[in-house]
Amino acid sequence: MNINAIREQFPILHQEINGHPLVYLDSAASSQKPRSVIDAVKRYYELDNSNVHRGVHTLGSRATDAYEGAREKVAKLLNAGAPEQIIFTRGTTTALNLVATSYARSVCKEGDEIVITPMEHHSNLIPWQQAAKATGATLKYIPLQPDGTISIGDVENTITPNTKVVSVTYVSNVLGVINPIKDITQIAHRNGAVMVVDGAQSTPHMKVDLQDLDVDFYAFSGHKMCGPTGIGALFGKKALLNKMEPFEYGGEMIDFVDLYESTWKEIPYRFEGGTPIIAGAVGLGAAIDFLNEIGFDEIDKHERLLASYAYEKLSALEGITLYGPEQNRVGLVTFNLEDVHPHDVATVLDSKGIAIRAGHHCCQPLMRWLNVSATARASFYLYNSEEDIDRLADALLQTKEFFGHAIG
Amino acid sequence: MQLDDLYRRVIMDHYKNPRNRGTMNEESVTINLNNPTCGDRISLQLQVVDGKVTDAKFSGEGCSISMSSASMMTEAVKGRTFDEALSMADRFSSLMKGEPVEFEELEDIEALSGVNKFPARIKCATLAWNALRKGIEHQQD
Repeated sequence: MNINAIREQFPILHQEINGHPLVYLDSAASSQKPRSVIDAVKRYYELDNSNVHRGVHTLGSRATDAYEGAREKVAKLLNAGAPEQIIFTRGTTTALNLVATSYARSVCKEGDEIVITPMEHHSNLIPWQQAAKATGATLKYIPLQPDGTISIGDVENTITPNTKVVSVTYVSNVLGVINPIKDITQIAHRNGAVMVVDGAQSTPHMKVDLQDLDVDFYAFSGHKMCGPTGIGALFGKKALLNKMEPFEYGGEMIDFVDLYESTWKEIPYRFEGGTPIIAGAVGLGAAIDFLNEIGFDEIDKHERLLASYAYEKLSALEGITLYGPEQNRVGLVTFNLEDVHPHDVATVLDSKGIAIRAGHHCCQPLMRWLNVSATARASFYLYNSEEDIDRLADALLQTKEFFGHAIG
Repeated sequence: MQLDDLYRRVIMDHYKNPRNRGTMNEESVTINLNNPTCGDRISLQLQVVDGKVTDAKFSGEGCSISMSSASMMTEAVKGRTFDEALSMADRFSSLMKGEPVEFEELEDIEALSGVNKFPARIKCATLAWNALRKGIEHQQD
């Protein structure tokens, strides 16, 4: 993988921040966009823009083709099978809320269980909390091992025949751990539950095969995988989607409307009320093309190298705590420096042109599990290099010195 | 962007040696406030007698800016009437907007003027003052 050639394609990376060349280490929050994605969105607006699925005119057909073409690209990327099983949404949050509302709230009743884990992002936690409250179902958590991993024994012990929904993240945005989704799915299915997966941190970085995993629902966001903000998707198995009520009512999603009754379109349109996110889908399609051209095996390999390099470099620093397992992790490192709050770390790093995330990472229950109020996180993507990590490690050393000196 | 503008000596002194850190046992007004974007949290306790803040203590977790600001605020507010305290809170808001204001009550507070150049950190600095405002407004209701 030629990092310099890849970096060339990301215009935003070639600038100085506070007098230093930018080192962007916050891709787990949102990735940067290559020229091809920016151009695809621009080209769509300059040449093809129109509404979809209704215009008789040529632009209407072009916009529809572009939008549906993007749906096919998503289906193929995830090996999802029939493209109508892909519903475009604003992102992972909306996709998970859709499942929690249209599926879980109609299926769950008192005595049923919804099973999640303490490492979930708020977007895969609160929708289930609310669904449990609304239906009287019990929310249960699969406990975590001391290193933040999930043991299959705990999964077996938590999921029961009363469990209706299991929802787990494929990759933790804090711990970097990759969860055994295929095994958890088998246990969920054996107990008659559906399996929902938060794919926000997996889809950008690794090959995902939904038919092999056999999950029932899978959600992800475009903006974390080189695509635009405001576009993501939900995969749902056809048989389940066909039974579900719409999430939003309005234009585009109806079959026949009368004064007092209406009927809905077939899937996926039933779940895409209103003018869809057409330009976003076009941009996401371009992002998928871009990533496919480089290859997910290459991306995965590169990021694992960066992760282990970062783990090695950072763990050599005195007074640093790294969170999450050392093995089987994606390209992110979550840490704390002794006696320096992560916000202060992030501010000092920013003054040196290095962008990292500090805070609770939308994982407050996980922060409590780790027994910290906040952490710092450096996350890597295909455009990052070992040199970026060297600069991070140097800057962290300077941060320690600065604060050691400042607070004496 | 100069780090020294943000992390001035007096700020780091309040961070390292926070004034009024702790809890009060007697009847006091307690305000718990979070900064939901970053996870900072403060618990502010005020002892109130006849429209005056007679004592103030804080506990919680946060960065150097939020904790030093809480230390300064509690130090400055002790012995002030509600109106005087709210006037300081207003001036602190102005300080965060980069306006030139003075704190005769405690000059240390003026050292936080540098936060204005770090927009992402303004919420850290204002957390304690928001708790103070909330506590007083609750008393006035």
